[in-house]
Amino acid sequence: MPETVDMLNALVLFTNFVLIPGVTYGSQLALGALGVTLIYAVLRFSNFAHGDIMAFGTMITILVTWWLQSVGVSLGPLPTALLALPFGIAATVLLCLFIDRYVYRYYRSQKSRPVTFVMASLGVMFMVNGLVRFIIGADDQRFFDGERFIIKAREFKKMTGLNEGLAIKTTQGLTVVIALVLVVFVFWFLQRTRSGKAMRAYSDNEDLSLLSGIDPDKVVRTTWIMAAALTAIAGVLYGLDKSFKPFTYFQLLLPIFAAAIVGGIGQPVGAIVGGYVIAFSEMIVTYPYKKFWNYLAPDEWQTSSLLQLLSTEYKFAVSFMILVIVLLVRPTGIFKGKVY
Amino acid sequence: MNNALRATLAFSFMALALVGVGLYQSWALSLTILNLCIISSVMALGVNIQWGYAGLFNIGIMGFAALGGAAAMLVSTPPVANAWAAGGWNILFSAVGLIATIIVATLVYKNIPKGRLRSLAMIVVLVTGYLCTRYFFDPAVSAIESTDSAKTGFLGGLGLPIILSWPVGGLFAAGAAWVIGKVVLGLRSDYLAIATLGISEIVVAMLKNEDWLTRGVKNVNGLPRPVPYELQLQQSEWFTGLVEKLYANSLAGLEGAARSTVLKDALIEASSIFVKLCYAGLFATVLLIILTLCVLALNSPWGRMMRAIRDNETAAEAMGKDVTGRHLQVFILGSAICGIAGAMLTTLDGQLTPTSYIPLRFTFLIWVMVIVGGSGNNLGSILGGFLIWFVWTEAEPAGTWLMTFLTNWMPEGNAVKDHLIQGAQHMRLFLMGFILLLVMRFAPRGILPERHAH
Repeated sequence: MPETVDMLNALVLFTNFVLIPGVTYGSQLALGALGVTLIYAVLRFSNFAHGDIMAFGTMITILVTWWLQSVGVSLGPLPTALLALPFGIAATVLLCLFIDRYVYRYYRSQKSRPVTFVMASLGVMFMVNGLVRFIIGADDQRFFDGERFIIKAREFKKMTGLNEGLAIKTTQGLTVVIALVLVVFVFWFLQRTRSGKAMRAYSDNEDLSLLSGIDPDKVVRTTWIMAAALTAIAGVLYGLDKSFKPFTYFQLLLPIFAAAIVGGIGQPVGAIVGGYVIAFSEMIVTYPYKKFWNYLAPDEWQTSSLLQLLSTEYKFAVSFMILVIVLLVRPTGIFKGKVY
Repeated sequence: MNNALRATLAFSFMALALVGVGLYQSWALSLTILNLCIISSVMALGVNIQWGYAGLFNIGIMGFAALGGAAAMLVSTPPVANAWAAGGWNILFSAVGLIATIIVATLVYKNIPKGRLRSLAMIVVLVTGYLCTRYFFDPAVSAIESTDSAKTGFLGGLGLPIILSWPVGGLFAAGAAWVIGKVVLGLRSDYLAIATLGISEIVVAMLKNEDWLTRGVKNVNGLPRPVPYELQLQQSEWFTGLVEKLYANSLAGLEGAARSTVLKDALIEASSIFVKLCYAGLFATVLLIILTLCVLALNSPWGRMMRAIRDNETAAEAMGKDVTGRHLQVFILGSAICGIAGAMLTTLDGQLTPTSYIPLRFTFLIWVMVIVGGSGNNLGSILGGFLIWFVWTEAEPAGTWLMTFLTNWMPEGNAVKDHLIQGAQHMRLFLMGFILLLVMRFAPRGILPERHAH
C-alpha cells in the first residue's frame, strides 16, 4: 500500500496535467461545438467555415489588443485581450451576417439540399482563411499579457509540502468562468426569451413555426449573432491559453465537430457534454503515466517507460476514434440529435 | 452552344495557355504545369465519381493521396537490411499481434450475445492485444530508428519498379475507404465529410510521426524513377545525336569550344524537357485509361443506377437497389483513383515529404476543380483540373506582381507595403474560394454541364 503522501502527490500530478487542462480545453471545445450545433439546429447544415471564422474573430481581437497595448491601456493582472474581445465579437457577427446575406440566403430561398450549403461553407472557409492569412500572416502569434498564474506551482509546493506542484493559469481560470457564464446565458436565452423560443420552434418544425407567425429572417439573424459571438469567444480563449495560428484553428474543426456529433448534433446540451468527452479522452489517452504510476506502485514495480497510450501527435486520432465508436454504437449521439 | 463545341473550345484554350507559358516563360515550366495538371485531373476524376455520380461528399482527398504517396515510397525504395535485422522480427510479431487482436475481437463481438459478458470479454481481448502489440512494437521501433538514423533509420521498401506502386497506392486508398465507408455510409451525408476529414489528418500524422516506416519529417529522397535521368541522357550517344539534329540551326557554323558550350546548354535543356515529356506520356496514359473506364461505367446500366440513386435515393431503394452498398462501391472506387494520383505525384516529385500534404492544396482545391469543371461530367473534371491548377500556379506570381503594382505609390521600405506584398500569396486562397462561390451561385452546373441522356 503506497503512503498517503505519495497518493496525494499522484493526485496533484493528475489534477495538474490532466484534470485542469482537460476542463479548460473541454470548455473551449464546448463553446465551439455550441456554435456549430446552433447553426446546425436552425440552418440545418454543418458549417465547415467554423474554424476559420474562429480564427477571424481571434485575429481582430489580437489586432485591437496590439493597438490597446501600443496606447498603453491594460487591465492590470487580466489580459488586455478581454478589452479587445467585444471588438472581435462585433467584427465576427458582422462577418457572419454579411456572409449569410450574400451566400447562404440565396440557397435558403432556393430550398437547396444541405450538402449545397456545406459546399458553400467550404468556399467561405477558403475566403476567410485567405483573408486571415493575408492580414495577420500564417505564423504563430501570442497575445497574452498580465499575470500568468492564479496559483503558481512553487507556491503550492511550499504551502502543502508536497513534491508535486499544482499550477492554475489565469487563462485556464478565465476560460472556465467565461464558458460557464456563456452556457448559462445560452440556456436561459433558449428556454426563457421569446427569440430563444422562436429559435427552438423553428428548429423543431419549420413549417409549423412559420404558420404561427415567427419571422424566419429574425430567427436566422439571431442564430448567426449567437453563433458568431460564441465562436469568437472560443477562439480568443483558445488563443490566449495556447497560441494563435490560422492552421491550428482550421484543424480544430475536427474535435469541434466530433464534440457536436458525439453529444448529438443540434442539441446544445450535447455540444457541451461532447466537448468535455472529447477533451478528457484526448488528455487521458495522450498523458504519459510514468510518474503517476511510480508514485503509486510498490518499489519493485517502478518503471522507466513513459506509459503513454498514444503519443500527443495523434490527439486528433482520439477525437476521430470516439466519433467512430459513437457513430457505430449510437449514431444519434449521447443526447438524441437530429439525424436526417 | 452544345457540349462538344464547348469542350473543344475550352480545351483549346487550355492548350493555348500552356503554349503561352512555354513561349513567354519556359517550356520546362510549361511541362511541369502540364504534368501537375494531369495528376490533378486524375484526382478530380476520382472525386467526380464520388460526388458527380453518387453525391458523396469526401473531404479527405489529402489522406488518400498521401496513402498513394506512401505506397510509392514503400514499393520503390530498396529494403534496409540492417534495420530489418535490428527490428524486423519484432515488427512482424507486433503486426501479427494487431491482426490477431482484431480477429479475436470480431469473433467475440459476433459470437457472444449482447450483455455484460460481451463487454467484459471485449475489454479483456482489447487490453491484452494492445499490451502484446506494444510489447513487440516499442523495442522494434527504437531499434529500427537508431540504425544509422542520419541516412536511413527506417525499414525501407521492397525495391520494386516505382510504376508498380500506382496500383498499390490505389489499393491502399481503397482499403482505407472501405473501413470509413463501412462505418459512416448510410448515416447523414455530412458525417462522411467529417469522417474523411478525420482519417486524412490521421494518415498524414502517421506519415509525419512513424519514422520507422516513412522516416517522418526527415523525408525519403531519391525515389527511383520510371523514366531516364537527365545525366544519363546527356551522356548517351543517341540523345546527343538527336539534340544535334534538333538544334542544327543554332549549332550551324560553330566550331570547337564555342560549339561544345552551345551543345552542352542545348543538352541540358533538351534532357530536362525530354524527361518531363516521358512523365507526361505516362501520366496521360493513366488519365486516358481511367477516363475511358469512367465514361464506359457512366453509360452502362450501372451508371444509370448510380444516377438514379443520386437523384432520388428513396425511389431507388423502393426499386430494390442497395443504396448503401452502391455508395460503398463508388466511394472505394473514387478513393482508389485518388490514391493512384497520389502515387503518381510522389513519383514525379521523386521524394516523399509528409509535410507537403496540406488540406487546402490537396482536398479543397480538387473540389474547386470538380465544381468549376462541371460535376457529373468526366471531361468537365479534367478541364477543371487543368484550368484550376493552371490558375493556382500562375496566381502566385500574378498576385505578387499585382500587389507590387498597386503599392507602387507607397515609399520604398514602407512596412504596410512589405506586408501587402508578402501576404499576396495568401490571396490565392481567397481567389479560389471566390471562384467556387461564384460558380456555385451563377453556373452551378459548371463549365461543361452534365449531359442528360438518360
